[in-house]
Amino acid sequence: MADTMQFDLVSPERRLASAQVASVQIPGADGDMTAMPDHAPTITTLRPGILTVDGPDGQSQYVVTGGFAEITAAGVSVLAERALAREDMTQETMDDIMEEARTMYKSVKEAFENEPGPVDDAAKLLSDMVAMGDHMGLTAKE
Amino acid sequence: MPSLKDLKNRIESVKSTRKITKAMQMVAAAKLRRAQEAAEAARPYAERMTGVLSNIAVSAKGNDDAPALLKGTGSEERHLLVVCTSERGLCGGFNSSIVKLAKEHIAKLRTDGKKVTLLCVGKKGREQLKREYADLFIDPIIFEGVKRISYGEAEQVADVVLKAFEAEEYDVVTLFYSEFRSVVSQVPTALQLIPASIPEVEGEAAAATQYEYEPDENALLADLLPKNVTTQVFRALLENAASEQGARMSAMDNATRNAGEMVDKLSIQYNRSRQAAITSELIEIISGAEAL
Repeated sequence: MADTMQFDLVSPERRLASAQVASVQIPGADGDMTAMPDHAPTITTLRPGILTVDGPDGQSQYVVTGGFAEITAAGVSVLAERALAREDMTQETMDDIMEEARTMYKSVKEAFENEPGPVDDAAKLLSDMVAMGDHMGLTAKE
Repeated sequence: MPSLKDLKNRIESVKSTRKITKAMQMVAAAKLRRAQEAAEAARPYAERMTGVLSNIAVSAKGNDDAPALLKGTGSEERHLLVVCTSERGLCGGFNSSIVKLAKEHIAKLRTDGKKVTLLCVGKKGREQLKREYADLFIDPIIFEGVKRISYGEAEQVADVVLKAFEAEEYDVVTLFYSEFRSVVSQVPTALQLIPASIPEVEGEAAAATQYEYEPDENALLADLLPKNVTTQVFRALLENAASEQGARMSAMDNATRNAGEMVDKLSIQYNRSRQAAITSELIEIISGAEAL
């Protein structure tokens, strides 16, 4: 069994990371999972959370706000709409993201007044964001 | 015969025009490099996206409850054409060639009796289409003052398209942009956005990887397809940006060369008429002296 696999983290605008890694922790929409080499081929959507990568030079973490991940035996590619290294995540960016999520929640709530589906989705997204902020020690301002 | 002074003024003005076109060419070259880099940086995401989508789409196509974004609404009556052009002119035939392709499509769809609506992205295309098709327009999207196309801009366009599609206003959405091949070659392209045109994977490759989906296939597709629309729009905008700069660069290169030739021609004419004036003066003096 190979002990490392190819890991790619790409956003629409650029490639953020590409390395040989031992494992990747993915914040999947249905729960966290850890992918290691020779994982069964899986495609999953992401919830806002932290992506932890065990790479050649230690552990690195990235904040993602959504997207999806493709896991194959040979590697993991994460396609995130917005992703940044955890060190670059400041209170300011956090506020921006929260603001966006809240506006979306509001507009969804108005648009789908009598349909619980989309509203629940938006509410979940919002609470995921708050949880992610708490985890990182950043406060999500009301 | 223009006077010497007129000629001199003319030469000066052509020279300053040459300076301007030369400067524009250099600016376009620098911007082109940046635009190309942006287009290349966006490529891995788009490729992966298409890869994953075609994987799921193969297994989902048979399903009757596959999302409308993939299999269409079942009719082909109402068309939305998204025409992406630039915000600024002086870039050769760049905008005209996109508009020309769009016009061909409009004419064809109309003779088939389809209903056509136009969404213009960029000011220049709108100006060119306004005279003939002003009644087909919906609110245009103008990116004036946007220096670098980012994902946000693509989201704006995709939002409009997706909302209109969800409201069941259109059946087919086609995107017009110019594909960047090289500095001298930009190819106007029409790309069908909805229903999604997804390249078929080769038989063996498709069978080799059976993915597990989390959540289930349809939920994933419902999530991915709108993202795919945004990604395609983003790619088109980036290709357009690179093409625009490429077209401008070669147009300005031509203009600079033409101005150079004109300066040479005018200079010869100027020197000749100056010499002619001197010669005739000399003749006058000599014949005057001989008469004494």
